[in-house]
Amino acid sequence: MSTGPSQPAPSENGNQAAITHLKGSATRYWREKIIQYLLFLAAFSSVAVTTGIVVTLLSESAVFFQQVSLWEFLTETTWTPAFDEPKHGILPLVAGTLITTGVALAVALPIGTIIAIYLSEYAPFALREIIKPILELLSAVPTVVYGYFALLFVTPWLKWLFELPFLVDYMPELDAFSMLSAGIVMGIMIIPYVSSLSEDAMRSVPMLLREGAYALGANKLITSIRVVYPSALSGIGAAYILGISRAIGETMIVAIAAGMQPNLTWNPAEPASTITAYIVQVSKGELPREGPGYKAIFAAGLTLFVMTLGFNIVGHILRKRYREAY
Amino acid sequence: MIDIQRLINRRKRQDLFFNFLGIACTLVGIITLLALMGDLAYSGLTRIDWQFLTSYPSSSAEKAGVLPALVGSLLLMFITVSLAVPLGVAAGVYLEEYSRKNWLTTVIEINIANLAGVPSIIYGLMALSLLVYQFHLGRTLVVGGITLALLILPIVIVSTREALRAIPNGIREAAYALGATRWQVIKDHLLPYSAGGIATGTIIAMSRAIGETAPLITIGVPLFISVLPDSPFQSTAPFVNFDWLTAKFTVLPIQMFNWVSRPDPAFHRNAAAAGLVLITLTLSLNAVAIVIRYRLRKKIKW
Repeated sequence: MSTGPSQPAPSENGNQAAITHLKGSATRYWREKIIQYLLFLAAFSSVAVTTGIVVTLLSESAVFFQQVSLWEFLTETTWTPAFDEPKHGILPLVAGTLITTGVALAVALPIGTIIAIYLSEYAPFALREIIKPILELLSAVPTVVYGYFALLFVTPWLKWLFELPFLVDYMPELDAFSMLSAGIVMGIMIIPYVSSLSEDAMRSVPMLLREGAYALGANKLITSIRVVYPSALSGIGAAYILGISRAIGETMIVAIAAGMQPNLTWNPAEPASTITAYIVQVSKGELPREGPGYKAIFAAGLTLFVMTLGFNIVGHILRKRYREAY
Repeated sequence: MIDIQRLINRRKRQDLFFNFLGIACTLVGIITLLALMGDLAYSGLTRIDWQFLTSYPSSSAEKAGVLPALVGSLLLMFITVSLAVPLGVAAGVYLEEYSRKNWLTTVIEINIANLAGVPSIIYGLMALSLLVYQFHLGRTLVVGGITLALLILPIVIVSTREALRAIPNGIREAAYALGATRWQVIKDHLLPYSAGGIATGTIIAMSRAIGETAPLITIGVPLFISVLPDSPFQSTAPFVNFDWLTAKFTVLPIQMFNWVSRPDPAFHRNAAAAGLVLITLTLSLNAVAIVIRYRLRKKIKW
């Protein structure tokens, strides 16, 4: 395509000469080649980044696993790498990560899905155009600010709520640091990830399907739940997966508001550390390479990477399996 | 007949109910955003003054300020953007305009999608091991800049590709028909036409990078620092110097993290004030992006 027209009219000799000149121009040819090669290198650099991530995580963790058996890492129930008699059980950190993620999803998935259905099926066009960018600001707020908000606004407020006379008997006692408030705030942060992508997926469902449902006497709600939602499931699933991997990898909110003590518990009202919060706690200040913490954060990081990668792969498979082409 | 009427009424009530539910859920998000900003303003607004913006951190909450953190954040953004934009745009151009559909392209594309899902703290771990300890670059501005640039690279690539894809093929074909080479088409036509879209994506990426804390803590950026990097400009020739690239630094979100983790409420007010400065920066970046996007949509009709 880039070599220009194949054969011009032979009558104009000058023109012909110009074109053969261009075609034969070595500088022109090589400049194009070199530029293409450089651009390819830029695109390929992203693969180098992934390789860098995987190789560093694996090689640094390899040293860790020479000292700690994989069995101890996965079954031991305490995580105290800095103690004199160190214990290396990742379970408390994984539990903390899963619980904060669970709380966040309990907030974000229902609210995000309802907002998506509302914006795509109910809201008038003008309203949607205003609400969408405002909601997207929720994911633009820096997470450290959310951490401040969870610790100094949401936690005191939840405490007050839980100590109301008619609730105090049913509600757990809330610590100053708790996975619950960190999780709730994290959930609100990921609402736009869920709602925006789900809404895009639902809006790409063709109108014909909706009209079919209306013709059978369905109202908007039934059409949304029984027709639009299932048809957009692959896109909605991708949105959910994105929300989950954001929640698993989220760091500052939990590091600030959930406490930093590894704590194997299933009670969200308690403080606990997550994988990410542990990494932050250890690497505050200059972390010497020889210390016990250095290898441990890479083993923890590898676990985190495997977890998010797992969810991303599941998401990829779901998307392929349930994709509906219109 | 009565049954049908009742059924219709019930369905209408369902719809009405869901309408309210949808509005309520939307309000949850909006009210949280307002509460967050209100809380920051309530605790921090009185703390923001010239002294706060131009002072160094201090053990006394009233005397402390954000100057080194603010300067650090701005310099770091400068490095991040000057690394991520050329690399990301080049990668996007290659994938959209050059690459053929083969396994290598597929690998690169899947890889970029996965990179966007990698938690930011993992980038910090990689930078700590590779840049700080293997390459001995230290915990400097340039290391922070590289880390954040790699972090936002997928956003820049994706927005470049989307902007290029929006340009109709007729433009390319017209230029080829006049004898332009592929690179001439890209340089003289595609890049200028997609500049707005690329700028929007870059600004969104910047607003994410400026609030990013975890990867920087991981590479060991100090929680507070009381010196400024050398100025990039000097009065003698050659008028610019690059010593600042290897300076130690801290950034606004880390300064805020430092203050919020102290028990003394006086420091919490400082944290709120730092948060206000930070959120003003991110939200104004977002506002600029929204304005550009809006004007593009109005102006360009292919």
